[in-house]
Amino acid sequence: MSKTLFAGVRIICPHTGVDEVGDVLVDDGRIGLLRLGGGVDAPDAERIDASGMVLSPGFVDLHTHLREPGEEQKETIETGAAAALAGGFTTLCAMPNTYPALDSRISIETVRERAEGLGVRIVPIGAITVGRMGEQLAPHHALAAAGAVAFSDDGSPVSSAGLMRRALQYSEPTGLPITSHCEDLSLSAGGSMHEGAVSARLGIPGIPASAEEVMVRRDIALAEETGGRLHIAHISTAGAVSALREARARGVPVTAEATPHHLLLTDEWVAGWGALDGEPNADRIVGDGAYDTSTKVNPPLRSGDHVRAVLDAVRDGTIDVIATDHAPHAPTDKACEYGCAAFGISGLETALGLLMLLVHRGELDLNRLVHLLTAGPGSTFGLSGQGIREGAVADLVLFDPDQPWVVDGEALLSRGKNTPLHGHTLRGKVLMTVVGTRTYRANQMEER
Amino acid sequence: MPHLLDIDALTADGVGQILDEAERLSDSSDMPLRGKHIINFFAEASTRTRVSFEIAASRLGAQVVNIAAGGSSLEKGESLVDTVRTFQAVGAHALVIRHAEPGAPYLAARHFRGPVINAGDGRHAHPTQALLDLLTMRQRFGALQGLRIAIVGDVAHSRVARSTTLALVLCGADVRLCAPPTLLPDPGWLTALPSSSTGGTVSQTTSLREALSGVQVVMPLRMQAERQQGGLLPGLKEYTRIYGITREKLADLAPDTLVMHPGPANEGVEISPELMTGPASLIGQQVENGVLVRMAVLKLLLGASRE
Repeated sequence: MSKTLFAGVRIICPHTGVDEVGDVLVDDGRIGLLRLGGGVDAPDAERIDASGMVLSPGFVDLHTHLREPGEEQKETIETGAAAALAGGFTTLCAMPNTYPALDSRISIETVRERAEGLGVRIVPIGAITVGRMGEQLAPHHALAAAGAVAFSDDGSPVSSAGLMRRALQYSEPTGLPITSHCEDLSLSAGGSMHEGAVSARLGIPGIPASAEEVMVRRDIALAEETGGRLHIAHISTAGAVSALREARARGVPVTAEATPHHLLLTDEWVAGWGALDGEPNADRIVGDGAYDTSTKVNPPLRSGDHVRAVLDAVRDGTIDVIATDHAPHAPTDKACEYGCAAFGISGLETALGLLMLLVHRGELDLNRLVHLLTAGPGSTFGLSGQGIREGAVADLVLFDPDQPWVVDGEALLSRGKNTPLHGHTLRGKVLMTVVGTRTYRANQMEER
Repeated sequence: MPHLLDIDALTADGVGQILDEAERLSDSSDMPLRGKHIINFFAEASTRTRVSFEIAASRLGAQVVNIAAGGSSLEKGESLVDTVRTFQAVGAHALVIRHAEPGAPYLAARHFRGPVINAGDGRHAHPTQALLDLLTMRQRFGALQGLRIAIVGDVAHSRVARSTTLALVLCGADVRLCAPPTLLPDPGWLTALPSSSTGGTVSQTTSLREALSGVQVVMPLRMQAERQQGGLLPGLKEYTRIYGITREKLADLAPDTLVMHPGPANEGVEISPELMTGPASLIGQQVENGVLVRMAVLKLLLGASRE
C-alpha cells in the first residue's frame, strides 16, 4: 500500500474551484487527505516537496489519434497511453479514423478492451458515417451503447450538407456531440499549408481560411435548425471563431476546441521562420529550416491574425476546450517532399510546455489553462471527473510551470516523433501523472 | 554558398559576382571541373534547362549523368531521400535537381554533401533562370539599379516570377507583376520577401496598362492550358485578348520596351509570334546566357566545395 504526499503544492482544481497551496496525500490510489494551507503529517508516505509546482486533475484530450487498429507503425493504444501519461493526460478520446474505422459496436468494444490496464481512460469516438465515407450513417445508437462518447469522421469532412443534417438529427437522442472536421474540399484541394503570404513565398499550394469557415457556418446553421449537438474540431480561423461566438450568443448548441499548435505556431514555421519567443525572423530568407514536413498539419498552421483570434476566443470563453489533435506518424510518412508528407503533429507530450508559454507571456491565466485542459473538455463531452477531493480516485498531474526543457523528437514516448518543436525550449514540464495506483514519473522525478 | 537553392540566400554583390564570372567564362576554354561528376536529376520534364546544364557542365570539363523521372527508380516508388543518398554513395560531386514539388531541393540538400543546384521546384524557385535574366538585362542596360520590368502572366504558379522578382529587387530594380486576379499570389507575399537595401521595389496589379507604364522590359510568362481546366480562367482567348503581349499593345503602352520570355512560349497566347524574334526580343540571348550562368554557378560551387 503506497502513499505519496504532495507537500506545499499549488492545487488548482476547476471541479472544486480551489486554487491554493496545500498538501495532498494519495493513499492507495485515492486522495486520502487534502489540507489547504498544508500541515499533513504522513511519515510513512513518500514526501514530494512540491513548492512552486502545480497539482491539478489529470488532463482530458477530446481529440487523439491512436491509430490502432490498422496503423500500428504510427502508434498503438499502448504507446499512445504512455505518451498521454508523459504529457499529463489521463483521459483520451480516440478518433475513429482507424482501419477499419470505429463504425461498429464491435470496433468500439475492441478499443475499450485494448485500453484496459494502461492507466489511461481511453474512450472511443464513433464514426459519423460507415467507413467514414460520408455516404451512409453509422449506427449511432449502437455505438453509444458500446461506449462511444461522440461521433466524428475526423480526418475527413462530411461533405454532404444533407447527410450532416441527418447525422445531427439522428444522433440527437443519444445526447452525444458530433465533432465536425470542417473543411470544404473544393477550397482546400491540393493545399498543404495555410494560403497567404508565406505559402505564396514558398510556392506551396495553399488551404484558404474560407475552407474551414464556410463549413463551420454550414454546420452551425444545421445545428441551429435541428437542435443537434455540434462540436467543432481544431478551430483555426478568425472567421470560424466569429461564427462560433455569434452562434453561442444565440444559444445554438455548439462547442469548439483549439489545439496547442494553432494557439502558438504560425505559418511562418513552414518557412523556418518560427520562434517561440515571439521574435519573428527578420531576414525572410528561405533557408535550411524551410519545408520541414513536421509543420504540415490539417488544418494548417495559420497566420498570426488567425492565431490571435483563436487565442482571444480561448480567453473569453467562446472556446472552452484545448485538445491536442495528437496525430502521430511513422518516419517514412514525413521523410519526403512537403506536398507528399502526411498531415499531423505528435502533440500529447509537448502540449503543456507549449501552452505554458501563453501563461509566461501573460496572455492566459494558469487557472484558465488548467480549466481548458480538464473541466472544460470534461463537461463538453459529459466525461465525469471528481476533481481533487478527499475520497476520490487519484486522477492527478503534477507539473513544474517554470521548468525549461528542450524537446527531443526522438525521445518522445509516442511512436510519432513528428514534432515541429524538436530542438526548441519549452517552459513547463509534467513531472508526475497519477491515475489510481499507477504513477508516471518524468526522469528527474525517478532520481529523487 | 554551399548550394544554390534560391536567390534569397545571395546578396546583390553575390549575384554580381556570378554574373561577372559568367561573362568571363563566355570566351574561356579552361576546363576547371575535369574529373567531376555532376548528376542532372530531372524528375519533371524539361528541355532547355536540362540541355543548358548539360552543355554548361561539359564545357567546364565535368562529366554529366542525366536522369529523368521516367527512367529512374522513382517510378518504382523509391523515395527522393533514398535516391539522393544513392547519388551521394556513387560519388557524385554535385546535384542539379528539377522537381515538381516545391522545397524538394531543400530536402535533397539535407542528404547530399556536395552542392545542390535548384533547376526548378514546383512553383517555388528557379534561381539559374533568374540569373540568366539578370545577365541579359545587365548586358543590355549596363546596370540593374532602377530598371523597370513587368512580368505578366501566371505569376501565382510561376517559379520564374518568384526567383526573377527576388533577384531584381535584390539588385535595386522596380518589378511590376501583372495577371488576372486568379493568377496573382496573395499580395502578402510582397511583405514576406527579404528586405532590399538597394531600393528595389515590387508591386502587383491586374492592369496591363499600369504594369507596362514606363517599363524597359516586359516578360510574359507561359500560360498553361491547365489553368483553364482548373477554373482559374474562363479561357485562353480572353486571356490573350487582355494580357497577351502583342506589337500593337506595346506600341500603345510601352513603345520602347524590350521583350524577354523564360520559355517555352505558347506563341499566340501570352506572346505574339512576331515578338519572339523581332528586333525588341532578347529571348535568344537569354538562352545563350543560360549556359554561361550555369557554368558560373557550377564553377563557383564546385570550386568552393571540399571534394
